[in-house]
Amino acid sequence: MGVTTALEWLGSCAGCEIAFLNIGEDLIPLITETLEIVHAPVLMDHKYFGQCGEGITLTIPNAVVGIVTGGVSNEEHIEVLEEMRKKCQVLIALGTCATHGGIPALMNGQDLGEAVADIFSTESTDPGASIPNVEVPALLDRVYACDEKVKIDMQLPGCPPNPAQIAEVVMSLVEGRDPVLPGKSVCDSCPTKREGKGDVKTLKRFLTNAEFKPGEPIDEMRCLLEQGYLCLGPVTAAGCAKRGAPSCISARVPCRGCFGPVRKGGNQLLDMMNALASNGIDYKSVIDRRSILRFSGAHGTLRPLKKKVVEED
Amino acid sequence: MGKVLTIAPVTRIEGHAKIAIHLDDNGNVEDAFLHIQSLRGFEKFIEGRPAEEVPRIVNRICGICPWMHHLAANKAVDAAFGVTPTLTGHKLREMCQVLAHINDKILHFFFLAAPDFVLGPDADYSVRNVIGLAKAAPELASKVVKMRQLGQMMLDKFAGKAIHPIAGVVGGFAKPMVESERLELLEGARTLLDFSTYALDYALENVFSKYMDVISDLGVITTGFLGTVDRDDGSLRLYDGKLRLMKADGSYDDFEGDEYLKHIGEHVEPWGYSKMPYAKNWNEGFDMKLSAPKGIYRSNTLARINVCEKISTPRAQAALEQFRASFGRPAQQTLLYHYARLIEMIYACERTIELLEWEGITDPNVRAKVEPKAGRGVGVVEAPRGTLIHDYQTDENGCITKANLIVGTTHNIAPMNMSVRQAATSLIKDGVYNEGLLNKVEMAVRAYDP
Repeated sequence: MGVTTALEWLGSCAGCEIAFLNIGEDLIPLITETLEIVHAPVLMDHKYFGQCGEGITLTIPNAVVGIVTGGVSNEEHIEVLEEMRKKCQVLIALGTCATHGGIPALMNGQDLGEAVADIFSTESTDPGASIPNVEVPALLDRVYACDEKVKIDMQLPGCPPNPAQIAEVVMSLVEGRDPVLPGKSVCDSCPTKREGKGDVKTLKRFLTNAEFKPGEPIDEMRCLLEQGYLCLGPVTAAGCAKRGAPSCISARVPCRGCFGPVRKGGNQLLDMMNALASNGIDYKSVIDRRSILRFSGAHGTLRPLKKKVVEED
Repeated sequence: MGKVLTIAPVTRIEGHAKIAIHLDDNGNVEDAFLHIQSLRGFEKFIEGRPAEEVPRIVNRICGICPWMHHLAANKAVDAAFGVTPTLTGHKLREMCQVLAHINDKILHFFFLAAPDFVLGPDADYSVRNVIGLAKAAPELASKVVKMRQLGQMMLDKFAGKAIHPIAGVVGGFAKPMVESERLELLEGARTLLDFSTYALDYALENVFSKYMDVISDLGVITTGFLGTVDRDDGSLRLYDGKLRLMKADGSYDDFEGDEYLKHIGEHVEPWGYSKMPYAKNWNEGFDMKLSAPKGIYRSNTLARINVCEKISTPRAQAALEQFRASFGRPAQQTLLYHYARLIEMIYACERTIELLEWEGITDPNVRAKVEPKAGRGVGVVEAPRGTLIHDYQTDENGCITKANLIVGTTHNIAPMNMSVRQAATSLIKDGVYNEGLLNKVEMAVRAYDP
């Protein structure tokens, strides 16, 4: 019998689950032999309240390994996350929403009450619609990363996470060893040509394509930051690289930080501003600097603007 | 006092939902609901963001169909900035979009829905899933996993990321395709086309013919349909075209995406976070009554197959003709979504090949000149789950001031509620229910692939 495993998704988009399926040909032995999946809403039919829906208490079976994706944004997420913590010996937070809040934590930069009211009064919405409040879980005051609510044993960020690393983490647990995961930053895993401090004084928006020869290897293209684009490689955790280059860079597109901060507890916005300043680049040339926190807005880093946590000038 | 059966979570679907079936004192169904549980706020928190960044933010609305949001957003920003993408940029986007449709259909039909048919609706829950399928039909499972992986890796390798893509950019595409990439993609697409015809044959033999009684009854409701068709000949389109909103009697209105506000409204019920789009211009309001629904139409594969005049590629057209000979137009049987899904998969494969064989596909001119400015733009694509509409307004810096999104799945929220009620009412009588029957209620939802 395989190692009992429970999977759950909270405020998620299912991209992490798709990344899990993208493990590829090893997927079938993984889910049929190595693991015994006892609960996973996206893949199998175990129910919270009994198979005929007559139960009262939300119940997830005991499992050795628990994998949770998504951030915590409503009452039901808390209930599910606490049940996962109670029933799983090792709990893994998978994906940047679970580890740092991810894109949905951009909501933390909004006044929640006003935002929800606006959402239910868009131009196509019937006038006078009230905000749903029956049989739907109440929203929390903000979006939380999983470790703000329960103890998490292992964090594996990425939007999406890298399938090879998901497989490595699972196999390391099964084999009782530490996983081998990349440390360092996206820049450290990026083969583009760096020619040192250049003439770049201000950064431009990604409104023109990068300069490169079609089809040339990535290591013949100049660093996108040195080409004058905002690229969050210096302050973002490595892990996205699959074919010898970070994913976005391989599409000739600058990094936006989807693996979260490279330093534990780091702040991508402050770290990036420092990195730019130390390279003589005017950080004020970056439009919408708050959205540098677009993947890591949990843990209190992103707050509604009127509190002025981040100075805008 | 009656009782409430809570099917939570609804499983083998792609979102967060629960079903509540309310029984009366005699154990008959009084009412039934599909409650949508999640609310994230994308419309609001993209305000203030530079519009060119939005296609790589809103892709996180759905990790299963991120290409759809990515590209609808790109089209909306193009329109707001008044940019026409280069022809090659336009076709590269479409190639990625139809390729993403292929993977999505393999995932939905084989990983999520097929266990109900291959292992049976009444099979124990511990085996009625893809893991059980892999054990019961290892050759099929191995083939399915390989084909889905092939499609995903074609996208991943060419465009950098299959999940949460970044390669579509305002004005076109971030990189040109070179000949070696074209040849590799073409080989993959031909393999996927062979698989897609195999998949339909497999399903005709093992699913549709065996489950005709279930198909003719389970979750069947009568509604209109919405989809995208070619502006000239009305054939099926996924990336670009005009919208067609058809009534249950087969009559229809055609309109451009940017006229959506005239035709579609969104109704809100207090018991679910998802809004429920309805046909505002039918001027009959919104009502989910099974015998006389008002304003209700459906989207997704069955809708597209119903609204189109034909399909422009030969193998998919042949499959469409066979489908129509059996079920007519428009077909209302909910489980036929699966059949329509497999027809569309053949089209997506054929269309991918067509695009890769187009002589201009490797042209290096992939991105038009872009200048941020104030404006408003609507971007529409057909996502696997339905017509996806992104509507953005920008300020003079090209930052978003207002956004309105109508997401594919939401068109089907009202119809899914109706199908759940229809299925529960006809299956549960006099207090008699079991796991298999409740799973059949979920099968009515799964057909919509929410």
